[in-house]
Amino acid sequence: MADIVLDKVTKKYPDGTTAVHEIDLEIADGEFIILVGPSGCGKSTTLNMIAGLEDISSGELRIAGERVNDKAPKDRDIAMVFQSYALYPNMTVGENMAFPLKLAKLPKAEIDKKVAEAARVLELTEYLGRKPANLSGGQRQRVAMGRAIVRSPKAFLMDEPLSNLDAKLRVQMRTQVSRLQKQLNTTTVYVTHDQTEAMTLGDRVVVMRGGYIQQVGDPQTLYDNPVNLFVAGFIGSPSMNFLPATVEESVLRTPLGDLPLNDRLRRSLSGADAPRQLIVGIRPEHFEDAALIEEHQRAKGFEFTMPVDLVESMGSDKYVYFTVEGERAVSADLEDLTADAGGADLPPQDNLVTRLSAESRVRDGVDARVWMNLDKIHLFDPGNGHNITLNEGQDAGVATP
Amino acid sequence: MSVLSREKAASGAEAAPRAGLSEGKKQERRLGWLLCAPAAFVMVAVTAYPILYSIWLSLQRYDLKFPENREFIGLANYVTVLSNDYWWTAFGVTMLITVISVSVELVLGMGLALIMHRTIIGRGLVRTSALIPYGIVTVVAAFSWRYAWTPGTGYLANLFSPEGAPLTERASALAIIIFAEIWKTTPFMALLLMAGLALVPDDLLKAASMDGASWWQRFTKVMLPVMKPAILVALLFRTLDAFRIFDNIYVLSAGANETSSVSMIAYNNLMKGLNLGIGSTMSVLIFLTVAIIAFIFVKLFGTAAPGSSDDEGRR
Ligand SMILES: Nc1ncnc2c1ncn2[C@@H]1O[C@H](COP(=O)(O)OP(=O)(O)OP(=O)(O)O)[C@@H](O)[C@H]1O
Ligand SMILES: [Mg+2]
Repeated sequence: MADIVLDKVTKKYPDGTTAVHEIDLEIADGEFIILVGPSGCGKSTTLNMIAGLEDISSGELRIAGERVNDKAPKDRDIAMVFQSYALYPNMTVGENMAFPLKLAKLPKAEIDKKVAEAARVLELTEYLGRKPANLSGGQRQRVAMGRAIVRSPKAFLMDEPLSNLDAKLRVQMRTQVSRLQKQLNTTTVYVTHDQTEAMTLGDRVVVMRGGYIQQVGDPQTLYDNPVNLFVAGFIGSPSMNFLPATVEESVLRTPLGDLPLNDRLRRSLSGADAPRQLIVGIRPEHFEDAALIEEHQRAKGFEFTMPVDLVESMGSDKYVYFTVEGERAVSADLEDLTADAGGADLPPQDNLVTRLSAESRVRDGVDARVWMNLDKIHLFDPGNGHNITLNEGQDAGVATP
Repeated sequence: MSVLSREKAASGAEAAPRAGLSEGKKQERRLGWLLCAPAAFVMVAVTAYPILYSIWLSLQRYDLKFPENREFIGLANYVTVLSNDYWWTAFGVTMLITVISVSVELVLGMGLALIMHRTIIGRGLVRTSALIPYGIVTVVAAFSWRYAWTPGTGYLANLFSPEGAPLTERASALAIIIFAEIWKTTPFMALLLMAGLALVPDDLLKAASMDGASWWQRFTKVMLPVMKPAILVALLFRTLDAFRIFDNIYVLSAGANETSSVSMIAYNNLMKGLNLGIGSTMSVLIFLTVAIIAFIFVKLFGTAAPGSSDDEGRR
């Protein structure tokens, strides 16, 4: 077990692509950390640099306090689980798991004991004699995990280990991975482009984009206080609604109507460089059927009336969709998000998604009166994407290019 | 390759129970045979007929110098050939050349394949230049070696044995023949092995290095097992090829000083001696040896055309 420190780590490929730009990251001993971001943002590259499979172009990587930039993968004592599982096809399940131990020249009895133990934990005992080709996807995945855990390495690296499984199995395995990590308490770096996996698994989540870290924090912080439009849109499902807004006298003009400026918003806008054109972000659960709002709440919010497009009743609550007329929020961050089909399921830009209580009576095609919580809205600068409503002094792990 | 897989398919069809096939299955099978028929017909016409004819000739006393003595004599020719030292010397020489050249080619070819697989810069150039020897006509290459080893005028002869005449001594002549053979066909070996290298997923090698394998361990424990089908096919092709060695010997030593291969003496008996009976017997024996080698590879080592097998090695 060990902590891992990335100190201004950069990766420049021979063809000139800079895949990772001066990343700073401290991963504590025993921590489960997730690297998440759209395709091509440098997650795998970062992981491979930690593994030693890719050279580090500049910066320093320390594992357990020791600089390991120039160490070969086999001398770093780290195990890795690949998306393709990378099981040795010519070896049985047992031999696959025993392989790293054999290479480490452990005595046979000890190898057998460790393999049997790992197989028991992963419920693979009855498959020990089988070849990987004769296993199901989930079983292969577990063998790959087994091969990693038998060694009791300093850290686990996992590159999208669950993305080849079907949805149901993925959820099951997610729990198992999480439980296993807690049990072993081994530092784990886990790469995914699935924000749900990121939110549910990690102690902390690192959101990456284009080779830069956008924000590091625990899932709740990322959800509640995204530092910029990109993180706001990437984290959460269904994702945050974004609306264009203009600052007028004492209101915020949006396609939903003129939002009154409360103290919090006024303070955010008082900054010298606060722009007049803004993007308002608000999560679906911060809307409510106006009929269900208690009087003392009502003043904190803003109400509007709009025809309902569609109601999806989930039992516990209702997703209600509206169409917003007028112009759309425009920003490079949002374009990045839309371009990334694999990431958050961003709704079409003219769509407003709200999550109302199950008791709500709103119906398709009928005008609904909806309340939105002004305390929860975020204001973003469309130019650089920054969240200007971030509470001061809040440790949100800001790291922007 | 296609011959192997066809054999396999045919034997598979034989094994399936004839009875109880649905109408559709029967239709499908008939279509299968119909589709194979043209190829099978050509195969029979160009291979089966000559083979059967030479077997027929091998059972006769038939010397074109004495055509009136033609007579059916059963297996007497086989007894003559198999009890003849001349045949067994040639057989030994052929085996020696085959084993040494194929083993050396395997090692060199693997090295070359690794280089060609790994090079990123100037990939095309590296591959093209590596393949040049294979592109040169064997006889032409053999002549260039012969001149190079000719005492007095050849640069290699002057360099290595200014005194003697290497092509006229058995050991050195064989060495030169083997060398010429290796020089010529290593690229082919490399090409086949490179196809095998492409079968090894990158992730597998990465996983092995994470598991603590050194370069050599990655090569022997991961790459070789995964490549095994391709290696066996390459070995099979090259062994069969090498066993029929003819042109290099013909040009370099003309079979003098007991450097003849079996193909050489079969040729000498048939074409020079005009003894159709004995010559055909030798041809049939060569054919049988080649068939046995192929059988050993296919049945014992499980060689199969790459891609045709449902071998668990690949996903
Ligand atoms: N060997 C390479 N040579 C040059 N560029 C590369 C190489 N490998 C990756 N890249 C580039 O580096 C960037 C980051 O790639 P990386 O594989 O780390 O992305 P990722 O975040 O893992 O994406 P995904 O979710 O699709 O796996 C990409 O733009 C990619 O094109
Ligand atoms: Mg990746």
